[in-house]
Amino acid sequence: MKQMNTKSPFTHIDSDEALAQNGAVVANPWRDLRQFTDARIGLGRAGISLPTAELLAFQLSHAQARDAVNLPLDIRRLTTLLSTTSVLENLDPPLVVTSQAIDRLTYLQRPDLGRKLSEHGRNQLIDYVNRNNIPNKPYDLAIVVVDGLSSLAVQNNAQPFINELITQLNATDTPLTLAPITLVQQGRVAIGDDIGQLLNSQIVIVLIGERPGLSSPDSLGLYMTWAPKTGLTDAYRNCISNIRPAGLPYQEAAKRTIYLIQQAKKLKLTGVNLKDRTQDDVIEHQNNTKNFLIA
Amino acid sequence: MSQSYRYMLGNQTYHFKNLAQLMAKATPQRSGDRLAGVIAHSAEERAVAQMTLADVPLKNFLNEALIPYEKDEITRLILDEHDIKAFAYISHLTVGDFRNWLLSDYATPQVLASVRMGITPEMAAAVSKIMRNQDLILVAKKCHVSSAFRNTIGLPGHLSTRLQPNHPTDDVNGIAASMLDGLLYGNGDAVIGINPATDNVAQAIKLMKLMDDVIQKYQIPTQSCVLTHVTNTIECIEAGAPVDLVFQSIGGTEATNSSFGFSLNTLAEAQDAALSLQRGTIGSNVMYFETGQGSALSANAHHGLDQQTCESRAYAVARKFNPLLVNTVVGFIGPEYLFDGKEITRAGLEDHFCGKLLGIPMGCDVCYTNHAEADQNDMDNLLTLLGVAGCSFVMGIPGSDDIMLNYQTTSFHDALYVRRVLGSRPAPEFEQWLTKMNIMQDVSDTILSNRLPSAFAKPLRAIQGGH
Repeated sequence: MKQMNTKSPFTHIDSDEALAQNGAVVANPWRDLRQFTDARIGLGRAGISLPTAELLAFQLSHAQARDAVNLPLDIRRLTTLLSTTSVLENLDPPLVVTSQAIDRLTYLQRPDLGRKLSEHGRNQLIDYVNRNNIPNKPYDLAIVVVDGLSSLAVQNNAQPFINELITQLNATDTPLTLAPITLVQQGRVAIGDDIGQLLNSQIVIVLIGERPGLSSPDSLGLYMTWAPKTGLTDAYRNCISNIRPAGLPYQEAAKRTIYLIQQAKKLKLTGVNLKDRTQDDVIEHQNNTKNFLIA
Repeated sequence: MSQSYRYMLGNQTYHFKNLAQLMAKATPQRSGDRLAGVIAHSAEERAVAQMTLADVPLKNFLNEALIPYEKDEITRLILDEHDIKAFAYISHLTVGDFRNWLLSDYATPQVLASVRMGITPEMAAAVSKIMRNQDLILVAKKCHVSSAFRNTIGLPGHLSTRLQPNHPTDDVNGIAASMLDGLLYGNGDAVIGINPATDNVAQAIKLMKLMDDVIQKYQIPTQSCVLTHVTNTIECIEAGAPVDLVFQSIGGTEATNSSFGFSLNTLAEAQDAALSLQRGTIGSNVMYFETGQGSALSANAHHGLDQQTCESRAYAVARKFNPLLVNTVVGFIGPEYLFDGKEITRAGLEDHFCGKLLGIPMGCDVCYTNHAEADQNDMDNLLTLLGVAGCSFVMGIPGSDDIMLNYQTTSFHDALYVRRVLGSRPAPEFEQWLTKMNIMQDVSDTILSNRLPSAFAKPLRAIQGGH
């Protein structure tokens, strides 16, 4: 976005003439605070309304986000990427399934169908389990990657995050047994519970594209369920949001995920009764609420 | 006790198996009711259902619980706390008569306030289904509901805003930057409320301290809230954190609220804890609730009811705990519940009307997501309509773009637009502060100062000098 005011005018007053020359737009001298946030602060104003340039910039962002909702996940590219990730080399290649939502329009209007595996997908998983005698050797963890509302989030962030998570998990005292990764098209969060149950996994982690924002079209969300089974509600899940380099970085997100996994194993549950306390120590030992307004 | 309802139209008899089905079929079209499979099969069936519903006596709502009394603590709350004396005034009316009565000159603000506790959420929902948008606006405007903590929300002629300075990593300077932007645009009198990106107790405490520091340093007559789970807030209070308002998302069925991880007892415990802090200076409304059509269905906890009736029942939960603010987050849930701008607009007006009629301080998050068929023009329309209807508060966010929750809501500029075209004003205590701080040159005409207020010039200079 174009910088509308490059002066350093913390004490300046817009004279009437200056305003008239500037198309009557009053600039906001605190626009420099954008160094701290991507939020659309300091936009300035025409009277009390948005200046033309800002209005049009917003409309462009909205147009791009609308387009992103409809971009399909490139399954082949993601499968190749995961199959060639070295920390995953002992796993079978990803299982690729679809939900019961047959296309994007159906997906948007029928979340119930997005939560259910297609008949074909279900059979694929059952076949896999039977072939490998899974019922007798349950997995510790199943990772399910779902396109959700932003395939871009999955395309950009799923593989690097999984790579980081498995690397960190392998460095813990008690490495986990992993189910093959499942890739889901036109899926919602709850489909992970179905898959986790079919794969006979103690914990399921769903990585899903969150609804695209104007400034963040590629946020990846993580949902974790202990003892997944069909029909569980959100109260049984823990969530870590906005996983992407410009949001919650992979390393930190993986650290929090491992904390949740360890707590889930200890307490034998996930959801509202499992509080994420990864930052308690940090915050107790740091007076980090200081900001420029309180300096 | 459940009865069926019939309507003869020419040779055809329409049959509705119970009150719940009749209510659902009478609801103006929306995608969530289609998803739930409770929608009218045709436009004619809907119109007939509305005519049938108009003939239903209000008393029936006391005899036929839409969700059984034994199965749902919200049904118990609604029926156990129903005020028969207040109801006496309208007890002889049908739903259709009730609409006429609400619109009539007899129904003054005073009279509406006095019958409030005799109206159940289902009665409010039923009458709303046979009201046009202008009816919803006209009656809501007559329902005066005010609440107070450090300022007064909901006085006639006033429109407050929640300043929502969310940041995707909860960065303290990022949040402070959005707070400053909002304050300098005259926003933030309803509450400064953060949706934390990281939802845990430690993070909530950190954000509470951040907002409390700013409110104290600049002596802002407003309150803060971190929108974390109610059980987290209880822990924050136990840990000695500066909690002004307790937040919780609520729904209109017990099963919805169980899926959110709380019960009415949890809310009572949280309210007691917040009251014990005595942080309100002019009032003791300490709860902030959010609702939205579709949440019950989303939790598979709707018991076959339409989503607007479920929503209205959530207001019984809110009413029980004397909230400062109740916010229907109307377009957040997505197109599977409210498909486009038209459906979002209708829902926003219904929610505001039902909330005000039942006596809760209703605001609206006028919003949409990027996967809904809606845009800024739809939001302008709903915002204007709600402003006319006397909505207590709306959201204020930098440039309409919530960079944490990934949706679009009303901006700081939007709030000033409504204030200017409708002559509405912020909360009186906050208005004085805006004048004193030289943020606004003229509050009554919504004119901002062209000069940066001196109290904020200093920290900004420090930033500039620092890099």
